[in-house]
Amino acid sequence: MYPSTFSYYRAGSVQEALKLLVENPDAKLLAGGHSLIPAMKLRLAAPSALIDISRIAELAGIRDAGDRIVIGAMTRYDDIQRSDLIRQVLPILPEAIDVIGDLQVRNMGTIGGSLAHADPAADLPAVVLALGAEIKAVGPNGERTIPVDQFFVDLFTTALQPNEILTEVAIPKPPARTGMSYQKFANPASGYAVVGVAAVVTLADNGTVSAVRVGVTGAGPYAVRRQNVEQALVGKEPTAEAIEAASQLASEGMTFNSDIFASEEYRAHLTRVFVKRALTQAVQRARG
Amino acid sequence: MAVTKMFGASVKRREDPRLLTGRGNFTDHIRLPGTLVMAIKRSPHAHARIVRIDTSKARAIPGVVAVYTGQDLVDKLAPVPCAWLIPDSDLKVPTYRAVTVDKVRYVGDAVAVVVAENRYAAQDAVEAIDVEYEPLPAVVDQEKALEAGAPQLYDEVPNNLAFHWKLHAGDFDAAWDAAEVRLSRRLVNHRLIPTAMEPRGALAAYNPGTGELTIWCTSQNPHVHRLLLSAVTGLPETRIRVIATDVGGGFGSKIPMYAGEMIAAAISKDLGRPIKWIETRQENYVATIHGRDHIQYVDIAAKRDGTITGVRVRAYANLGAYLSTAAPGVPTWLFGLMLQGPYAIPVVHCDVYGVLTNTTPTDAYRGAGRPEATYLLERMIDLLARELGMDPAEIRRKNFIPKDKFPYTTPTGLQYDSGDYEATLDRALELVDYRNLRQQQAELRQQGRYIGIGFSTYVEVCGLAPSQAAGAMGFQGGLWESATVRVHPTGKVTVFTGSNPHGQGEETTFAQLVADELGVPFEDVEIVHGDTEMVPFGMGTYGSRSTAVGGAALVHACRKVKEKAQRIAAHLLEVSPEDIVFENGRFFVKGAPDRAMTFQEVALQAYLAWKLPRDIEPGLEATHFFDPVNNTFPFGCHICVVEVDPETGKVNFLKYVAVDDVGNVINPMIVDGQVHGGIAQGLAQAVYEYAAYDETGQLLTASLMDYALPKASMLPSFTVDRTVTPTPVNPMGVKGAGETGTIASTPAVANAVIDALAPFGIDHIDMPLTPERIWRAIREHAR
Repeated sequence: MYPSTFSYYRAGSVQEALKLLVENPDAKLLAGGHSLIPAMKLRLAAPSALIDISRIAELAGIRDAGDRIVIGAMTRYDDIQRSDLIRQVLPILPEAIDVIGDLQVRNMGTIGGSLAHADPAADLPAVVLALGAEIKAVGPNGERTIPVDQFFVDLFTTALQPNEILTEVAIPKPPARTGMSYQKFANPASGYAVVGVAAVVTLADNGTVSAVRVGVTGAGPYAVRRQNVEQALVGKEPTAEAIEAASQLASEGMTFNSDIFASEEYRAHLTRVFVKRALTQAVQRARG
Repeated sequence: MAVTKMFGASVKRREDPRLLTGRGNFTDHIRLPGTLVMAIKRSPHAHARIVRIDTSKARAIPGVVAVYTGQDLVDKLAPVPCAWLIPDSDLKVPTYRAVTVDKVRYVGDAVAVVVAENRYAAQDAVEAIDVEYEPLPAVVDQEKALEAGAPQLYDEVPNNLAFHWKLHAGDFDAAWDAAEVRLSRRLVNHRLIPTAMEPRGALAAYNPGTGELTIWCTSQNPHVHRLLLSAVTGLPETRIRVIATDVGGGFGSKIPMYAGEMIAAAISKDLGRPIKWIETRQENYVATIHGRDHIQYVDIAAKRDGTITGVRVRAYANLGAYLSTAAPGVPTWLFGLMLQGPYAIPVVHCDVYGVLTNTTPTDAYRGAGRPEATYLLERMIDLLARELGMDPAEIRRKNFIPKDKFPYTTPTGLQYDSGDYEATLDRALELVDYRNLRQQQAELRQQGRYIGIGFSTYVEVCGLAPSQAAGAMGFQGGLWESATVRVHPTGKVTVFTGSNPHGQGEETTFAQLVADELGVPFEDVEIVHGDTEMVPFGMGTYGSRSTAVGGAALVHACRKVKEKAQRIAAHLLEVSPEDIVFENGRFFVKGAPDRAMTFQEVALQAYLAWKLPRDIEPGLEATHFFDPVNNTFPFGCHICVVEVDPETGKVNFLKYVAVDDVGNVINPMIVDGQVHGGIAQGLAQAVYEYAAYDETGQLLTASLMDYALPKASMLPSFTVDRTVTPTPVNPMGVKGAGETGTIASTPAVANAVIDALAPFGIDHIDMPLTPERIWRAIREHAR
């Protein structure tokens, strides 16, 4: 509970933060701090410096950008959860945030912090995968956009470079007759996802699935999309049988974590079950 | 006693305003000038020889004042004591050094100690201490530890066997031969971590000028700790003051004498400066005792009609790496004596093997031995019911000790003073609407939904006493309790109790008792506890004994005060004491209620002493040491209703009904709170909490991220009711209420889950009933 010595910098702007990152190559960016600070207190992490970017005004806020909704990286969970725009257009976000941590975590935690940290059992990675988000980052060489499908690359590892800062998350507005659901099997101790599944389903006028995206977190070393499940459903009538059959594919080709609470085999099973449950509810919601 | 207005009233806890607004006085809140902070370097290995310790880098860190190794402390501290020396068991007590010298025996064993000007420097120094280990093979499982060729923890304890304790009552072999039904099972009662909200800690302040040591610490029994600290430091008791006024929960884990507190005392004496040591939660998880951890082999002999004719148990208790203070008594006396439960079982055979392993030491954890016995009986009686096609409620009813048989002497030698077990069963069945519930269960099964109804009918032994029994059991202390009632000249009252409540609410319930006894306002009564300089020697709070024993001491002291006040009033009112009536705080002359004095007026006269006769001393106070003739035996019936999700194995709680009999109830709200908390802890053992070690002795559940303490959202709403069968062993007719919930709930929940899984042909799964275990059991049985 007593971290090693470190320097603390509070950046006033993204540019200042980038400069500090160059000057302190061993530094860590501090957002909500609810993952990093506990790791430091347990001396599992010992960065020489923290660069606090949580108060940079340009990094926070939610805006309607026409066909997309743009969420600043330092927007707190609680602000996302309370946003009328989000609740209307992307209700899966508040649904997922509702099962993240506790009130204190939701008051402090940020969307950008969660995605950049890429905890294998965090909830939002599955959600942004299912929503087809784009991640914007800025580095010494300027800005770039990373499609979410390429963002999570390994355990606690993303496509971000060490000298880059995640600045915003852009999420396309879903078309009409879209339903979404986040279903989580939480670890009773930590509250983290043993398996968490986000499904976003759009139905055509004839009731068949015109688009579907499924994101899975908790099960493996990093959050993944389940294209095989998606492909099995597109163009099909989403009957219980069709969903069940597609869900059976969910664990194929995946690597699973194992711990004292849930073995690989059990996680694979839960992945199939929760893909089914998320799809079933998303379809129900899409039907309205 | 006359039940007047405070007895039975749900008075709000007077402790709560200070506790809820952060104005408590916990150990870490105490600040003394010049305090140094202490941190302990702990072993990362479960079993290793210490080759070399290099403290030079640690000493060089700015702010570090001193570093001690085990060798540095050998002359300053006697070994950690074991104080329950069970007889006739070939007990071996290996040397338990506060800081180990040659070998580490569990992950968390202390290897060195740092004192520094601040906690950060101390932690840096702990990391900078370089210890070279020669790792040895470790053993964490108590059965494996007994096998030939197992790693040996001590030269002086062959085969890691600390004791073999026996309690053989009746002829089990004959019962077994004559049995119409025989059941045998291996049951696991897994290891738990007590997790008090406040971790342990100490602030030890030795004054070299006076030679006095004052130590604030997290203690359930400050006088016992004073005695033991005296023994290990060599300071006389008269030079040691232990203060533990606010303690944030204990559940038994703050009874033992631990290394941390001892080291802080020794170093404070060595350096002449106050030393503060506060555990981190991770430290708490490895260095504070664990509970339970039994493997039991059980044989039940019965007749076809469901009558149990004998029970035989061979239990292997995992004691951890060292013998903690009360460790030998918990899996033996507190377990074996209760193996007939509330049933008229005539034959009980019990053999307990106490085994040392490379794990955190175990000791008393809420219920302590009784949950292990109750789970065993309640699980087995359900299996018997299943075998015989009987209803689990009816097989229990069939075996109950009937209410006209009390007092009842058990084959194990206890005397159950009173009881009406059937009444609690009937009330619980009614509250849960049993008949309809069984019907619903059958209907829902048709729809593929798996509802389970689980029973637990129990009796437990608590209010631990008397001292004579303690002595016979090898407990190195008495089991009485003390109280001093001091009436001030204004009639206000200070009570000094030897109990040390740390969450149980006795500051409130004791004040209720005094208000009634002396007829004074509740607000006029102050309860003082947890300071050895202020209160007479006391045994402390554990074993659900504070109210039954400490409260009784208090009532007796009040009666001594009243008797003296009555003599003073009689003298002043010029009648004989027999002609004085005391009612509602007034002494008056029989037949002449106007000739009266209030309690406060008498108190003032007692202190003025202007008109006292020569044979009455001035002042008004009394002390009583109460040693009851027997324990108390609360009992009850808990019923749990669950639904199991067959797809994931997850257990969802639908209903929980608890009908307990704790005798007369002083404060129903506080008793309800005790029952609620107890159920939460016991329920959690069944489905959530478990301490897990890997084969090398690493604790895998060393944080709250891995050890699943129940949150409110993980618990059902509890329906709590009571029957009242007062005990004759204390003047209030009260029994212990602190552990009933924990003892009763674990088997109720486990039985409910197993009942839900009956359609799959599952009749037992060892706890903890985690989703994966249930899912696997369903899958295996579906094949």
